[in-house]
Amino acid sequence: MLRLLPLLFLYVMSFNASAAVSEIQDKSALPALIEQLPTTKLNRMAPLIDKIVATSAPQTRAILDPLLTGDLYYLKSNKQVVSAYRNKQDQYELTDVFTAETLPAVDKSAIKKVRTNNRLRGKIRDILANLDLRSDDASIRITALNQLLNNPNEIGIASVNKLIKEEKDEDARELMSVILLVDQLETGNKAEKLTAAQQLSGRLEPTVKNALVKQLSSLSEQPETAELRKVLTKAIDDIEQTASVYGMVENLFFGLSLGSVLLLAAIGLTITFGVMGVINMAHGEMMMLGAYTTYVIQQTFPNLIEYSLLMAVPAAFLVSGFVGVLIERGVIRFLKGRPLETLLATFGISLILQQLVRTVFSPLNRQVEAPQWMSGSLEINPMLSLTYNRLYIILFALGVFFTLLMILKKSSLGLHVRAVSQNRDMARALSIKSSWVDAITFGLGSGIAGVAGVALSQLTNVGPNLGQAYIIDSFLVVVFGGVGNLWGTLVAAMTMGTFNKLLEPSMGPVLANIIVLVSLVLFIQKRPKGLFPQKGRSAE
Amino acid sequence: MKNLLNSPLVKKMSSLHCVIAILFISTLYVTVCNLAFAEGSMLYVSDYTVSLLGKYLCYALLALAVDLVWGYCGILSLGHGAFFALGGYAMGMYLMRQIGDRGVYGNAELPDFMVFLNWTDLPWYWAGSDNALVMILLVFAGPGLLAYLFGTLAFRSRVSGVYLSIMTQAMTYALLLAFFRNEMGFGGNNGLTDFKEIFGFSLQSPDTKLALFVATSIMLAIGYAISHFIMNSKMGRVVTAIRDAENRVRFVGYKPQHYKVWIFVVSAMLAGVAGALYVPQVGIINPGEFSPLNSIEIVIWVAIGGRGTLYGALIGAIVVSYAKTRFTAIMPEAWLFGLGGLFVLVTLLLPKGLAGLVSNLMDKVDPPSTAKKDQVNEDQAAIATTAENK
Amino acid sequence: MIVDKNGSPLSSAENLKPDTRHGMILYVEDVSVSFDGFKALNDLNLYIGDGELRCLIGANGAGKTTLMDVITGKTRPDTGKVSFGQQIDLLELDESEIARAGIGRKFQKPTVFEALTVFENIELSLSGDKGIWTSLFHKLSGEQKDKIDEVLTTIGLTAEQHYPAGRLSHGQKQWLEIGMLLAAEPRLLLVDEPVTGMTTQETERTAELLTSLAGKHSVVVVEHDMAFVRSIARKVTVLHQGTVLAEGSMDEVQANKDVREVYLGEEH
Repeated sequence: MLRLLPLLFLYVMSFNASAAVSEIQDKSALPALIEQLPTTKLNRMAPLIDKIVATSAPQTRAILDPLLTGDLYYLKSNKQVVSAYRNKQDQYELTDVFTAETLPAVDKSAIKKVRTNNRLRGKIRDILANLDLRSDDASIRITALNQLLNNPNEIGIASVNKLIKEEKDEDARELMSVILLVDQLETGNKAEKLTAAQQLSGRLEPTVKNALVKQLSSLSEQPETAELRKVLTKAIDDIEQTASVYGMVENLFFGLSLGSVLLLAAIGLTITFGVMGVINMAHGEMMMLGAYTTYVIQQTFPNLIEYSLLMAVPAAFLVSGFVGVLIERGVIRFLKGRPLETLLATFGISLILQQLVRTVFSPLNRQVEAPQWMSGSLEINPMLSLTYNRLYIILFALGVFFTLLMILKKSSLGLHVRAVSQNRDMARALSIKSSWVDAITFGLGSGIAGVAGVALSQLTNVGPNLGQAYIIDSFLVVVFGGVGNLWGTLVAAMTMGTFNKLLEPSMGPVLANIIVLVSLVLFIQKRPKGLFPQKGRSAE
Repeated sequence: MKNLLNSPLVKKMSSLHCVIAILFISTLYVTVCNLAFAEGSMLYVSDYTVSLLGKYLCYALLALAVDLVWGYCGILSLGHGAFFALGGYAMGMYLMRQIGDRGVYGNAELPDFMVFLNWTDLPWYWAGSDNALVMILLVFAGPGLLAYLFGTLAFRSRVSGVYLSIMTQAMTYALLLAFFRNEMGFGGNNGLTDFKEIFGFSLQSPDTKLALFVATSIMLAIGYAISHFIMNSKMGRVVTAIRDAENRVRFVGYKPQHYKVWIFVVSAMLAGVAGALYVPQVGIINPGEFSPLNSIEIVIWVAIGGRGTLYGALIGAIVVSYAKTRFTAIMPEAWLFGLGGLFVLVTLLLPKGLAGLVSNLMDKVDPPSTAKKDQVNEDQAAIATTAENK
Repeated sequence: MIVDKNGSPLSSAENLKPDTRHGMILYVEDVSVSFDGFKALNDLNLYIGDGELRCLIGANGAGKTTLMDVITGKTRPDTGKVSFGQQIDLLELDESEIARAGIGRKFQKPTVFEALTVFENIELSLSGDKGIWTSLFHKLSGEQKDKIDEVLTTIGLTAEQHYPAGRLSHGQKQWLEIGMLLAAEPRLLLVDEPVTGMTTQETERTAELLTSLAGKHSVVVVEHDMAFVRSIARKVTVLHQGTVLAEGSMDEVQANKDVREVYLGEEH
């Protein structure tokens, strides 16, 4: 702490100095100040930087940014100050910091770095942040404020104190007041601390909570601090309560995203198992094929990673759909009306497909890249951010669901499929080619599994066992929802997903999974026909 | 009298005697050749082979159990591996306790993995596990109780067909996950292993291995005889009737759910015994035995051997296991292709399995005078397979 | 109530005698069943006398099969009361208990145990204890064998008794199913379309058989074949849209104006 004091003193001093200088300096002084950069000694740099900042010229950033990153140079020949970045030819691309004009590239030997040290860099960082606080762009201001909140410094807080009155943006103003309150909590007198603690109650920023906790632990158990301690404790409780609410919301979100994965996995089964009555144990392998299609596409077009998923969706649909049609034509149609044998035969197919993938690719997991737009997260507030990949999966699953719903409801294929599923003989009598409908339906179900595989490739490891991990769950979803009922599948998948994720924090993923399995098994005992059973005599 | 001779009962009686005779002779042969001939002799049967054969016989008993529920009662269980594994764990617990203080940590009371987890006491369900009688009780009670609970729930609410199959699979999957957890107290991922002795005999000794093989053979014979008795009683006919037309059975006045639970429990117990005999012969039991793939492999043994015939299940288990041993040794890659192909080909081309193929060939060889009688039985089998698929 | 929910005391046949002191063996009162909003049965009332032979007729969807389902426990009604004799509440029993109480049913589509022989089919249908342990250690008594022989003679399948039932012709299966009913010695027989797929001769024999059964048993026959109905019917009930439209002798029913309106579309 002692070592920091002079530093602090320096900051305060320099701030005062620059404030004083700014009255007399103006923008015209900047070229002269820039000229001094190459010749100034390190220990004289700080005042020079202050003077540059004091001009409030638009070029300030163009000087300080490269100075901070060590990219500020001057030409040995004429001492012209430039920012320099190495290009692929090992030469340096130069830009004049004052005029911003591009100069011809030169070799390393022609330029020399403007020197800085750690202390200066710290100073520059604060100055830049301070500059950002004054930026015209509200989002830049907010980023700078967040930074300040997490690493408070005197200059920043002093600026905030000044700026808060003029701040128009509501979010920024709120953040500013939080910064000031935290500062007040740490440095103010007893009464100030009390009001600060009261007002900070319920804030979501983790720094606020840390400050409150720190303050509380620094207080000794004496009667005069009792009131403050009470207020602090209450404020922390409030924050924790809010945090637990947002924790629930986050779990719900995780649950919905898991539910979407289950929905994607099960929805193809609803078609093949629910509509056609064919049980396809190779369904998981159709998903696996979809995931591997994504992998192959990324390998084939390594420069188009951003678009790879968009290309993979139709490709996976076609690949898995084609394999599905092959399976239907080659095996399943000979086993019509023998569900248990279909189950065994398709299980055999699943083994063959797994081994095929092992032989062709490798038994090891393959790396599927995530495009830029899938990474990152949507920040709702400091405690809640939703990752884009899960968000997209939810939207994607719903998209697939409603597309399929439309296909079955509106298109003539859907009409035929439903006709065959309800009364095969009658449909045949109406000259619907039931064998053709079967093949297409099975292809459709498998194709959707392939599409699901594309989505899965973004969430889990792509390996030969990818499908197996989902097959039992997806069958349970279908049975839980009521066989042949698309809406039932939707509700069942989302219920299972959220149930699982809500259990997870308290009992861990494995136990949560087991409990979901067991309760599903019990549920099916109670209602063998699922949530939304088909009724009537024909359903018997 | 003529009716009696023609009745399928007489034919089946002879099949029982046949199977038991073959088991007896081959067991005797293996025993004698293992003991009487020196290594290197043409007739010598190695200790390794004895263990391997013992393993096959366990599989055969397991296949028999699946055949009872699937072949005769139409309950396609994709979770019988769970009963096998539970029986195995019951035996494994006993064997663990027999290690005593010879474990790595030298704790006389606690098995090594518990010491490793810093446990100080045996969990309550390990109580008495060092007692052989308790172990034998558990081998029956563990799988039996699970089958009873599961069966009662499922069959009372009339869950059947593929739904039931999926649920049995979910059951074994849930157990797989559960047994992977260290907190379950069954050794987690590694399971139970490093056994030293059984009933005071060293598990490493060739004599113990031979004895275990003979014991397995005897248990298989007993299991076969019990199954045979059940299937030739009125019980067997009710069960077959349930397979073909469960609703009709109900309208005739039987409660199919009771029969199904009963046969399911008996079958689970047989599977448990198979598991208990299996564990000391392979020296380990781990959660992998619960994997759904294992359970499905049992089904394919029965399908290939010929479901709905007791001896078919034995043939299937032994033939497929032997093929697996050979294939995985020569080209391990090809085995899954082969197994997958078997599933597809058998269901498509050989719905009655090897047993059906054999009886087909027999018919062609048989003189026409007896053909008619056989034809009836033949058809009976054919109808059995088609009717079940309804 | 005499039924213990947990066990199966119903196996002791003494408990099960339906009380028919009022001359009625079956009471169906105010029964309604709906499937997804469609009313299959609508406040239906039906009484069958002890020893009576009743024919049920009606168009497709009139509710005949649903009525059978309700009586035998396959379908639970939404409202109403069904009792066997005066005291046995059928709604509290499941299918097998109803069967053991003495109601036998022959399905529209003949269902026999195809993998079992004709003999075994009838053996399974014999009345008696149907619990697990009895089945496991059961031995046919001489009396039971005689009964089976008698039934086999009645249905004319003595020669085929060791054939698997799956090999029988459609007509033979119909007979076998009737034989299974006879072996169970029910008080009430529900017979759904017994003569479909039968030759004229077989139909005649069926008519004879059913008529001879009446008196000792009560019989309810559902049939489309009007000639057949005319040949056996004493009393006919016409169902229409889930309710009883008319009841009486064949001639009365045919003269009924409601029936004529529904069947022939005649105006008032």
